[in-house]
Amino acid sequence: MTSRAERIDRLAELVAARREDGAGRGVWREAFTRMRRDPMAITGAAVVGVFLLVAVLGELIAPYSPTAQTWGTEVFPNRNVFVGPRAENWLGLDNLGRDQFSRMVIGARQTLLVGVVAAGLGFTAGALLGGVSGAAHTLGGRAGRRIDTVLMRLTDMMLALPTLLLAVSIAALLGQGLTTVMIAVGAAQIPIFARLLRGAMIAQGGRDYVLAARALGARRRRIALAHILPNSMGPVLVQLTLSLATAIIDAAALSYLGLGNPDPSVPEWGTMLADAQRFLGGAPQLAVFPALAIIVTALGFTLMGEAMRESLDPRLRK
Amino acid sequence: MTRSPLLDVDELSVAFTRRRRRDVQAVDRISFSLDEGRITGLVGESGCGKSVTSLALMGLLPARGVRVGGTARFRLGGGGEADLLALPPARMRDLRGSEIAMVFQDPLSSLNPVVPIGRQVAEVLTRHRGVKGAAARDQAAELLDRVGIPDPGRRLREYPHELSGGMRQRALIAMAVACRPRLLIADEPTTALDVTIQAQILELLSGLVAEEGTALLMITHDLGVVAGLCDEINVLYSGRTVEGAERHELFAAPTHPYTAGLLGSIPRLDAPRDEPLTPVRGTVDDAIAWDDGCAFAPRCDRFADDCLGGPPPMRERGAGHRFRCLHPTEPAPGEESEGR
Amino acid sequence: MSLLEIEDLEVHFPIRRGVLLERTVGRVRAVDGVSLSVAAGTTYGLVGESGCGKTTLGRAVLRLVDVTAGQVRLGGVDLAGLPAEELRRSRRRVQMVFQDPLGSLDPRQNVESLLLEGLEVHGLGADRAARRAAVVDALEAVGLSASALPRYPHEFSGGQRQRIGIARALVLSPELIVCDEPVSALDVSIQAQVLNLLEELQRERGLAYLVIAHDLAVVRHVSDTVGVMYLGGLVEEAPGDGLYAEPLHPYTRSLISAVPVPDPAVEDGRRRILLQGDLPSPADPPPGCRFHTRCPWRQEELCATVRPELRQVAEGHKVACHHAERIAAGEIAPDTAERPRRAGP
Repeated sequence: MTSRAERIDRLAELVAARREDGAGRGVWREAFTRMRRDPMAITGAAVVGVFLLVAVLGELIAPYSPTAQTWGTEVFPNRNVFVGPRAENWLGLDNLGRDQFSRMVIGARQTLLVGVVAAGLGFTAGALLGGVSGAAHTLGGRAGRRIDTVLMRLTDMMLALPTLLLAVSIAALLGQGLTTVMIAVGAAQIPIFARLLRGAMIAQGGRDYVLAARALGARRRRIALAHILPNSMGPVLVQLTLSLATAIIDAAALSYLGLGNPDPSVPEWGTMLADAQRFLGGAPQLAVFPALAIIVTALGFTLMGEAMRESLDPRLRK
Repeated sequence: MTRSPLLDVDELSVAFTRRRRRDVQAVDRISFSLDEGRITGLVGESGCGKSVTSLALMGLLPARGVRVGGTARFRLGGGGEADLLALPPARMRDLRGSEIAMVFQDPLSSLNPVVPIGRQVAEVLTRHRGVKGAAARDQAAELLDRVGIPDPGRRLREYPHELSGGMRQRALIAMAVACRPRLLIADEPTTALDVTIQAQILELLSGLVAEEGTALLMITHDLGVVAGLCDEINVLYSGRTVEGAERHELFAAPTHPYTAGLLGSIPRLDAPRDEPLTPVRGTVDDAIAWDDGCAFAPRCDRFADDCLGGPPPMRERGAGHRFRCLHPTEPAPGEESEGR
Repeated sequence: MSLLEIEDLEVHFPIRRGVLLERTVGRVRAVDGVSLSVAAGTTYGLVGESGCGKTTLGRAVLRLVDVTAGQVRLGGVDLAGLPAEELRRSRRRVQMVFQDPLGSLDPRQNVESLLLEGLEVHGLGADRAARRAAVVDALEAVGLSASALPRYPHEFSGGQRQRIGIARALVLSPELIVCDEPVSALDVSIQAQVLNLLEELQRERGLAYLVIAHDLAVVRHVSDTVGVMYLGGLVEEAPGDGLYAEPLHPYTRSLISAVPVPDPAVEDGRRRILLQGDLPSPADPPPGCRFHTRCPWRQEELCATVRPELRQVAEGHKVACHHAERIAAGEIAPDTAERPRRAGP
């Protein structure tokens, strides 16, 4: 007969064998663990990773200068003579005889810049607006709900303003250029972030743990900043990833319409796409490559955002 | 000649398969049978497999990632037999709602919020009985009246959110019994309701069984509910039946330490107030795999070495009282009590 | 003087309409004139069905909801009149345990941070070490070990989470803990563990509890005094044993008759008093006795016109019914003719 202690040890072992635990892991780390197993997340992360690498390394990867018209004598757009992909120039030449691949590589940085700044602008301003609104609604009593109502009507007005109109007006004020594009695209994102964060905060504000914090005697500022806000950030961060994708597409669209950077020496995917439309008949590849790059990059960010959303979804958690 | 039971569940098993992880054996060779006009209870705590059992019998488990074993022979209305676990989905859909029906725990989410109650009840009649239009509406009103919903003519036009919780559950029961099913499965039908409403619903269910001869499978965590309602009670733990008996026998002589522990955990309204509760220690997560021994061993005060020698066999102590324990709290006939 | 004294408490929630300019179009009388008191070191159990206002009353004790009228006195001081900062400080003396153990714990905080929060917001504990010692002490008092500190709420079982919730309340050494449905979300075997824990803590620390629950058996088991609520008002108050032995209010009777007992012998002999109809809306309560619309003992006189006061009928036994004595003496027969029909179709 084994001793009681040995029996208990054996039991503990058998119980533990059925468990799968990760002791002391927070919600975000759990989500990260889940994302690492998700093929969607891996694909998205790979695309985004390559994009970032290209954008950062730029000149180190580009085989030629993006502006030098080295092969200018081989291309005659008015006679419909173009050069497609070949061993020397992987993606062929553009209408001025510049290496298309090098231009794409260098252009990635501009695209990233526009995306990050625009999404960052939308996120910062939107989160501020939504955060104040949400905190006022949940903790500010009757006066707070008034503040919230006013701020939200303001956001609704912004939401009603078309991005394009906004961009054109800003361009009229600031002149054509990358800054205009970034501000216009960013401004369009503000109401999205504001509504999202406010909604999440109001939902979290009604949860029992907020009541528990109040019962504990925590001050309102602490409840808002330490409890409600961090628990509301999940959907907002997902939106930030998705916004990077839309910002890149929107920026390309505005550049395509001629509101982008007028400086031809700084290539940008949207401007390249816009320039290529004149030669769509003779050299469709000039439009196809930037368009593909925009689509794939946007898809990468979207995949990552969707995977993040799924991994944070409490319904999928055990 | 003894007729075969209405539903004979033999060694029902349900496992959830997971990618790159161990399968979860939710139900592990459970056997029981149901008969017309009788109420059988499945009792257990969260994770014991009681709800998965009901979903398996209704054919409502997802097709992917689930492995179902065993048989559930159901005597069909028109004669003949069918194994509910092996029927093709289309046949199962015909059976559901007509011969077998189910009542769920949450009446609000079981009803379609944008369709009036009357239409939802009439739909069942149209689907299985081909009754349409005014005739279906009249029958639906009759059904609502039958389950104790006052003013059924008006209620027919109301939406689920306009009804109270108790009325919603009645409406759900009306839908379930619309085609006079011979088997009704109720999964925690009163858990979301207040106790006075619970009393009304239990009365309604037992009345239906007595008058229509329906067989009722009652799934609940509440030993108080089964004590007054069920003819036969099965206690489940970690996917297996640990004890089963006629209700008076079960409560008079709880033989498995888990059953005894559950009874010791419930404050009784009729007991002296200072009578202490004697809860089972630990949680249901402290179970071990049945293949390693008795799943209840880690929480059991009577646990001994031989409890870890694989799953303990089901034993009998007369009059259909079955239990799965090597060191029961009540002695099996012909055995000495282990006074501990 | 009792530790907690509630006097004529009213909590009404305005029903508001309108977008920018809010108007009040009505009010929900969640708690409508309740008086009760809880002595130090004892347990007062409040039982009632959903919508009776018991949860709101519990929250009003901590002033987590605005009090419309009446007083909530803690050690003689009226909380309803306290300025915000003093009110916040007073929260140290009354704590709360919630129904949903997972929902009431911030998912982003680990156990250590959850338990430290109360000490931090009240500036308690001389230094980090002292605070940590207090946290570990509270954790051990509820049967968990210090190894739980770095773990997050979702890693625990329901019963363990509820223990963490209780430890969070204990850290502040309160005099009173309001327990709102402390066990109803738990498995049966775990319920008993938590109830035993609450009793043990009361013995060791002299805590007072206000236990709010829908389960009469649970409430009676833990409470010295039981109050029964119906539609915003207290209809009966009695010592735990007295209430079961001799329920005086018709609502209490029907409640007791509906509580299932895990004993077939008792169940077979049971005569249920089934109530008619549904709970009226607390936004539009019936005049007179709130219960008269469903009462099987309803009389022509008084019931529909005069709201009965909670009055003492025996030592420690109060009831709010005009005809309690005559019902108890069997002079009035219940009207059972209108029980829900079960005739065949």
